[in-house]
Amino acid sequence: MSTTDTDTAAGKEAGTPPEGGATAEERELGAAGSQLSTAPAEEINVPSLGPLGWARWFWRQLTSMRVALLLLLLLTLATIPGSLVPQTSIDQLKVQDFQERHPTLTPIYEKLQLFHVYSSVWFSAIYLLLFISLIGCIVPRTWQFIGQLRGRPPVAPRRLTRLPAYTTWRSEAEPERVLEAARKTLKGRRFRVDASGDAVAAEKGYLREVGNLLFHTALIVLLVSFAAGQLWKTEGSSLITEGGGFSNSLTQYDDIKTGQLFNSDDLAPFGFQLDRFTATYERSGPQMRTPRTFRADVTYWDGADGASHKTSIKVNEPLEIAGYKVFLLNHGYSPVVTIRDGQGNVVHKGPVVGLPIDGANLTESMVIKVPDYRDKNGKKDQIGFQGQFLPTWVRSQGMFSVFPALDNPTLVLTAYHGSLGVDGGTPQSVYQLDKSRMKQFLEPDGKTKFARALKVGDTMKLPNGAGTLSFDGVKEWASFQISHKPGDQGALIGAVAALVGLAGSLFIQRRRVWVRAVTGDDGTTVVEMAGLGRSEYAKLPEELADLAVRLQADAPPAPEAEPDPEPDDPADPAEGARA
Amino acid sequence: MNLAAEVNENLAHYSNVLIYSAMAVYTLAFLAHIAEWVFGSRSAVGRTAAAITADAEAAQRAKVTVRVGGQGGGTAVLDRPKIVTRSAAGSRDVPDGPGAAGGTEQGDVYGRIAVGLTVLAFLFHAAGVLFRALSVRRAPWGNMYEFSTTFAMVAVATYLVLLALKKNVRWIGLPLVTTVLLDLGLAVSVLYTASDQLVPALHSYWLWIHVSCAIVSGASLYIGAVATLLYLFRDRYEAQLENPEGKQFGRFAKSVLQRVPSAASLDKFAYRINATIFPLWTFTIIAGAIWAEAAWGRYWGWDPKEVWSFITWVAYACYLHARATAGWKGRKAAYLALIAFGCYLFNYYGVNIFITGKHSYAGV
Ligand code: HEM
Repeated sequence: MSTTDTDTAAGKEAGTPPEGGATAEERELGAAGSQLSTAPAEEINVPSLGPLGWARWFWRQLTSMRVALLLLLLLTLATIPGSLVPQTSIDQLKVQDFQERHPTLTPIYEKLQLFHVYSSVWFSAIYLLLFISLIGCIVPRTWQFIGQLRGRPPVAPRRLTRLPAYTTWRSEAEPERVLEAARKTLKGRRFRVDASGDAVAAEKGYLREVGNLLFHTALIVLLVSFAAGQLWKTEGSSLITEGGGFSNSLTQYDDIKTGQLFNSDDLAPFGFQLDRFTATYERSGPQMRTPRTFRADVTYWDGADGASHKTSIKVNEPLEIAGYKVFLLNHGYSPVVTIRDGQGNVVHKGPVVGLPIDGANLTESMVIKVPDYRDKNGKKDQIGFQGQFLPTWVRSQGMFSVFPALDNPTLVLTAYHGSLGVDGGTPQSVYQLDKSRMKQFLEPDGKTKFARALKVGDTMKLPNGAGTLSFDGVKEWASFQISHKPGDQGALIGAVAALVGLAGSLFIQRRRVWVRAVTGDDGTTVVEMAGLGRSEYAKLPEELADLAVRLQADAPPAPEAEPDPEPDDPADPAEGARA
Repeated sequence: MNLAAEVNENLAHYSNVLIYSAMAVYTLAFLAHIAEWVFGSRSAVGRTAAAITADAEAAQRAKVTVRVGGQGGGTAVLDRPKIVTRSAAGSRDVPDGPGAAGGTEQGDVYGRIAVGLTVLAFLFHAAGVLFRALSVRRAPWGNMYEFSTTFAMVAVATYLVLLALKKNVRWIGLPLVTTVLLDLGLAVSVLYTASDQLVPALHSYWLWIHVSCAIVSGASLYIGAVATLLYLFRDRYEAQLENPEGKQFGRFAKSVLQRVPSAASLDKFAYRINATIFPLWTFTIIAGAIWAEAAWGRYWGWDPKEVWSFITWVAYACYLHARATAGWKGRKAAYLALIAFGCYLFNYYGVNIFITGKHSYAGV
């Protein structure tokens, strides 16, 4: 018998209170029933004295199944608020909207870190405790399991009839021969076998324990990989108009988030150019306007070889390059305009990016700022245009587009002159016009505000010969997310290991079988077989019957003495109740 | 509109007709199950008789004759040894109830009719789902209508497979058919969405993998949850049997509860389903994360759908842990299992309808 088994079993019999870790079965069966898994025994004895005692007690508590369960329950609860309260990591705008609507709740929520639950102190505390508990659980269980592997299956209990599955018969074969046959049969069925005295003990299904340990270890691998990914990640976005390009350096990102240990020298040299963007939409039916295809045709180059290649990026098909992934995020339109000042000089020529203001139809609000400008008389001035771009304008439907495709692209603009306020040095949004020191142009009547709706090819003249704006065409823009997360490989390995381990842990059954053969009163051999598994293992009786049938080839039942199927313990009402 | 589109509309129309037909036949199956339970409640004598025959049958089964190779190279015919089983110390030893029909012949006939009708309804149902898929030429899982119809189909399929494997599951027929009718009713009325194409984010083979696993998981977990709920009632009933002086269930509840399997059997049945599906649900989440990475550039973004999948997963892990933890076995673990399934349901209905996230394919 293995020392591990003796120790734990003895420990249980001596000191564990009834509600402790040992199941009723284990207590009743002693060593034979103990440790069918490596689940830690639950102790609730309060330590006697000393800080060391307390520390040990605390550690035991933290690594017990009961606390693991409580921590898991806590984790469940702690995860919920993040799905109900808007999160900054997901949608900043929603958070602002929420904060504006709930001025009293906001400071409380902020204190509770409810706007970033998954990086909050309390959420982190729960999962860190859980993982400490997990490590504290895996390590001793691994040792214990190795002990079980080195040891031998526990010896047969004195009364096999007490086990969950039992059978017996009489045979003419000698006990030694029966036991030898039992050894062979069980070995043949890949049990670990140990013969001692008048019985053979066998055990099978150790892979369950391996699977379980693998699963829990894989959870740690997963967490570590996520952490590594967070520490070294870069994740940014860039908006590119058709014909424009991106090369991987900090300045080319519109915004970028990096991990704490990221270093800008780490950015891999690569780049790409957006050649063309294609989008199509459902034209009819209840899902009209829903996008059907998004495709960005790009030319990319990898600094490593420098050669350029063509490919396309779609929503589910990012470009993978130099350990980075380039995802297509969003798209919209950039009207291409040419602006001339009062002197006839071109002061702006090219695409202008708008800010989408309605989700489905791609109406964009437009702002164009021209700081370097001269009027009819050659005097310095600044000009700002403001308005909207509508991919499909229907006059009767107002100033919003009615369809996202370029069916009737229209640029509606008004214009201001004065000071744009860009010289002061304070940064300004490119999407907003600060009109506090500007004057809107008026129609020649001097009252109506100046505004024009332009089709592609149209040119509008500002009043008083103040210049012109021509609407030359429309290009598409696309925004991309460019991200690099070094922990991905580990996470994938962890996930696969977790699955394999879980399958082993849940589908493999650990069970024990004992065979005893002794010479009975009438001189024939009494063969007894019994099996023990976890209570969920329904096939135990069947398996025992199979084994018995095999064994009976070598220990044929004596024909005259029908074995008495009733167990020799009539006092127990439970027996025989179920077949 | 071109010809192909018209053909597709026809197919979508057939699909709707088939789903309505399935609902009609499920209603008949529902009535037959009611008849089964009603007739079953009539005969107390039949019930005890059935319990006895069931035991005798089981004993018989354990004694099947097998042929094994003898030593001399010939073949000897041996009796398969009888195995005496004994349930774990401390648990009650109550045999399974005789089933809804309560051992009455009439009840049994109606039960068989109900199963037959369920099979027929299932065929209509499956054809309906198939036609829907053909009409859109993709996996029929693009919106909640399609999700609900497939979900119910898989739940019925699971039940029928368990029946075909000769598992003792006919008792689940009535609750299952009832909820299938509810689910389909909701689908055709509130959740109905005309057949159409998918938004680009859903164009991926991960749709097949991730969503099919999610549906199979949910449908099976549903059956596990029904068993768990019944376990809670039956467990109480068995506790009352042991303590006849205490508070008792009414006659109706007793009549129903004495006919369902024993608490121990229900508990084991539910555990086996939940434990088998847990790895599949784990895989569903991993597959979803991989897909999310391909579609949105991150594995995990704590989107509400992701949050609730995770909560469901942790809740089932709690349940599995509870069963391995002394003091949490039995009823407490069962409550956890029900909460866990509640999380699954909330993830499906609650998150799709009340919370908007990136997974806004709900189409309601
Ligand atoms: C990160 C959180 C955890 C998750 C998601 C998790 C998940 C699981 C699952 C799904 C099982 C089921 C396997 C089975 O029933 O055999 C399991 C079993 C087990 N877990 Fe965990 N676990 C976690 C943390 C822990 C911790 C902290 C401990 C240590 C106290 C622990 C100890 C165990 C043990 C001993 C078993 C085997 C139970 C048995 O053999 O019946 N787990 N775990």
